[in-house]
Amino acid sequence: MSVSAAAVRMTGISKTFGGVHALDDVSFEVMPGEVHALLGGNGAGKSTILKVLNGVHRPDKGTIEVGGVPLTTHTPEASRAAGIAMNYQEMSLVPTLTVAQNIFLTREYRVGTGLIDDREAERRAADLFALLDVFVDPKALVGDLGAGQKQLTEIAKAISQDAKVLVLDEPSTALAVSDVERLFVFLHKLKAKGVAIIYVSHRMDEIARIADRATILRDGRHVITAPLSELPIDTMIEHIVGRRSKGLSDIERSAAVRGDVLLELKNVSGRHKPENISLTLHRGEVLGLAGLLGSGRSSLARVIAGIDPVLKGEIRIKGRAVVIRKPGDAIAAGVALVPEARATQGIIPAHSVASNMILAVIDRLSAAGLVDTKAANDLTDAQIERLRVKTASRDHAVSTLSGGNQQKVVIGKWLATNPDILILDEPTAGIDIGSKSEIIRLVRELAAAGKGIIMISSELSELLTACDRILVMTEGRVHQDLPREALEDPSVPADDLAHRLQAAEQRLQIEIQKALALQEVSHG
Amino acid sequence: MANAFFANWRQNIIYIGFVVIFIVFAMTLADKGFLNPNNLLNIVRQTAMIAVMAIAMTFVLSAGEIDLSVGAVAGLSTVTVAMAIAVGGPIAGVGAGIATGLAVGMFNGWLTTRVGIPSFLTTLAMMGIAKGVAMWISATAAVPILSPGYSWLFGGGNLGPVPVLLLWMAVLGGIGHIVLRRSGFGRRVLATGGGETAARYSGIDTKSVKFKVLVLSSLAAALAGMLYAGRLQSGRFQLGEGDELSVIAAAVLGGTSLFGGKGTVIGTIVGALMIGLINNGLILMGLEFSQQLIARGGIIILAVALSQKRS
Repeated sequence: MSVSAAAVRMTGISKTFGGVHALDDVSFEVMPGEVHALLGGNGAGKSTILKVLNGVHRPDKGTIEVGGVPLTTHTPEASRAAGIAMNYQEMSLVPTLTVAQNIFLTREYRVGTGLIDDREAERRAADLFALLDVFVDPKALVGDLGAGQKQLTEIAKAISQDAKVLVLDEPSTALAVSDVERLFVFLHKLKAKGVAIIYVSHRMDEIARIADRATILRDGRHVITAPLSELPIDTMIEHIVGRRSKGLSDIERSAAVRGDVLLELKNVSGRHKPENISLTLHRGEVLGLAGLLGSGRSSLARVIAGIDPVLKGEIRIKGRAVVIRKPGDAIAAGVALVPEARATQGIIPAHSVASNMILAVIDRLSAAGLVDTKAANDLTDAQIERLRVKTASRDHAVSTLSGGNQQKVVIGKWLATNPDILILDEPTAGIDIGSKSEIIRLVRELAAAGKGIIMISSELSELLTACDRILVMTEGRVHQDLPREALEDPSVPADDLAHRLQAAEQRLQIEIQKALALQEVSHG
Repeated sequence: MANAFFANWRQNIIYIGFVVIFIVFAMTLADKGFLNPNNLLNIVRQTAMIAVMAIAMTFVLSAGEIDLSVGAVAGLSTVTVAMAIAVGGPIAGVGAGIATGLAVGMFNGWLTTRVGIPSFLTTLAMMGIAKGVAMWISATAAVPILSPGYSWLFGGGNLGPVPVLLLWMAVLGGIGHIVLRRSGFGRRVLATGGGETAARYSGIDTKSVKFKVLVLSSLAAALAGMLYAGRLQSGRFQLGEGDELSVIAAAVLGGTSLFGGKGTVIGTIVGALMIGLINNGLILMGLEFSQQLIARGGIIILAVALSQKRS
C-alpha cells in the first residue's frame, strides 16, 4: 500500500432502482486525515452512495477501494471489516437493548469462559462518551432515550469500531448545539490520527466550519469536488440547486385570490414541537412550510390534524374556535392531512384503489351498515378521472401503482371528504418528476377553487412553485413569514422562468441557513 | 436493591404474584394437603414438560417469532420414541426423539426463513401435520415402553427425594438463562427480535438466528415428549395436546414480550410453575374443571394486565 493511497476511492459508481438512476457514474475520493463533506439536495444520491460504500447496496457498475485494497464483496460485514464505520440515523439501534449492548452489538466483550461481559461493555461505553465529553447512561435502554442521546449512541457505536473511515450521516440533527461543538472537537482529534471522515449535513454553517473538502452531488451525478476555501456558502448552494428546475418552472402561477380566513392558530404548542405558533390561512392560498428535518413542520401538521395533542393555544376554523382531540374532530372540522409516510400512513397497499379511495367516507356511502357499491364505484371513478390516476382498474391493488399515482389516491381519498383545509406533508417524496409537476398543478387548482392549503416540502423549488407564502421554521417555531414575491430576484429577466426559480431557491436556502445561524446565537 | 425491585414492580409482577398466590393457597388449603411435600413435588412433575418447552419458546418469542407446533411435536415424539424403543432399545429411542425434533425444527425454520411463510402459519400447519403423523404411525393406539431405565431417566425417576424431572427443568433452565443473558447467540436473538433492521445493519444474520430458535424449540418439544413418554411409560399422540397455549402463557407471564426483543428464562420458569400452582390449588379447592378453566383464565389476564407498562 502506497503512502498516498486514498482512504476511500469510489470510481464510476452507478446504481439504478426500478429504472431510476440513483447514481450515474459517480466518482468520490476521500484522503486519510480529511473531513470530506458530502452535499446535495433530496434525491441527489447522497444516501445511495453511502449505502453502496457500507455494503447495504451493491453497485451496478464501478469499483470501490478502501485504503488501496479493492472491495470485492458488498455486504455490511465486508465493509466493516475493511474499516468503514457509519452512523445510520438511528437505524442501527435496537430499542430493547441497553446503550452499551447496542454499541458493542456483535463485538461483545467476553470473560474467560466466553460469556458476554456487559459490565466491561458499560465501562468501555462510558469511556467513549468521556472521549466525546458528553454523558449518556450506558445502562439505559435505547428505547427510553431521547433523540439526541440516541444520536450520541449511534456516533459512539460508529467510533467504537476504530475505523479508518468514519461516515457521519446528519450527525447533528438531533443534537444540542453544545454537543455539536464537542463532536467537532472530537472529530479534530480523529482527523489528527489519520481517520478519514465523511460528513453529511444540510447545514452549510457546520460544513464550512468542519470540512476540508466537499463533494456535491445533484440528481445522481457528481457536480464538483473542491476545497472548502474555494466554496463559499453561496457557491455551494448554487451547485446544490443547479438548473434542474425544468418542468416546475413552467407551471403557471396565477395571482391568488385571497378569500376569508379559513384557519387561524393562536400561540399553539404541541408536546415537544411546535412551539408557540401563530398563523393564518386564507381561502385560495397555498402556505408553504420550509425548514430542515426536525424543524417542527410535520409536528405542526399533526397537531392541526388531531394526531398529536394541542397543549396550549387556540385553533380557529372559519372564525370559530374548535377543539381538536382526535383525527375525527379535525376531519369533521374540514381538515384533511396527506401524511408524510405514504406507504404506512397514507395507503393500505394491498387494498384496491376503490377501497382506499372511500376509506375516509365509508359512513357517508353506507346505508344500514352496508357500503353502497355503486356510490363507491362512482366516487372512485370520478376521482380517478379528476386526478388522472393511472391504474389498470379501480379494483387493482394500490401497491401495483407507481408512487405518484399512489399519492394521487391518497389525495383523492381526502378530497372525497370535501375538506376546506388540505395539509400536504412531503407530497412529492419519492415521485418521478412528471407526477411531481402534476401534483403541484393540482395544488394550485385546488387553491383556485377556494380551498386553503398548507404544503410541507424539503424540495424548495416545489415550495416556490406551489406556494403564495412561505414560513421558515426552526426548532418548532416560525422564524420568518415570507410572501412568495419577496424571494424573487428582480435582476433576473422575468421571462427566464427556470433562472428565476433557481434564484428564488437560492434566496430561500439562504433564509433557512440564516434561521439556523440565529438559532445557534440564541443558544450560545 | 430491594427498592429497585419494587420500583420496577410491574416487571417483577410474576415473582410477587407467585409468592402471593403461594401464600394464599398455603393459608386456605393447608388442611387439604397443599403444603405436603409430595403435593409440591407433584406440581413440579406436572410443570416440567411445559417449562422445558417454555424455555425454548422464550428464545423464539424473543427473536420475534412464535411456535404453535410444540404440543403436537411433543405428542409425535412420544410415539416415535416409544416405537424406536420397542425395536432398538432406549438409545434408539433417544435418537428417534432427537431426530424428530431436528427434522420438524429444520422444516419449520426452512419454511419460515427461506420460503418466507410467517412462523405463525408455518407452525400452525405443522401442528396438524405432526399430530396426523403421530396418529397415523401409531394407528391412534398407545405404544407401551418397557424400559425401566429409560422411564427413570426421562420422567419417572427420583434421585433421593428429588424428582428427575425437577433436575431436567433446573439444568435446562440454568443453561437457557445463561445462553440468553450472556452468550453471543442470546444477544443476537434479543437484537433480532428487538429491531430486525438494526440487527441486520449491525451485521447479524437474522435469518440464521430465526432458523436456529425454531430448531431449538422443536428439539425442546421433542425432549418434552420424551419426558411425557418416560413418565407415562408409553407413547400416544394425545400427549402434549394443547400445551402450546400453556407454554406461550408461561413465557408471557414471566415477562417475555410477544413482540420480540425482551425475554427472561427465569421468569418463564416461574411463569410455568405459577400455572402449575394455580391448577393444583384450584383442584384442591374442589372446583369443577369448567370453573378451573375460568379461574385460570382470569388469573392470567390479571397478571399480564398488571405487568403492562402504562404510557
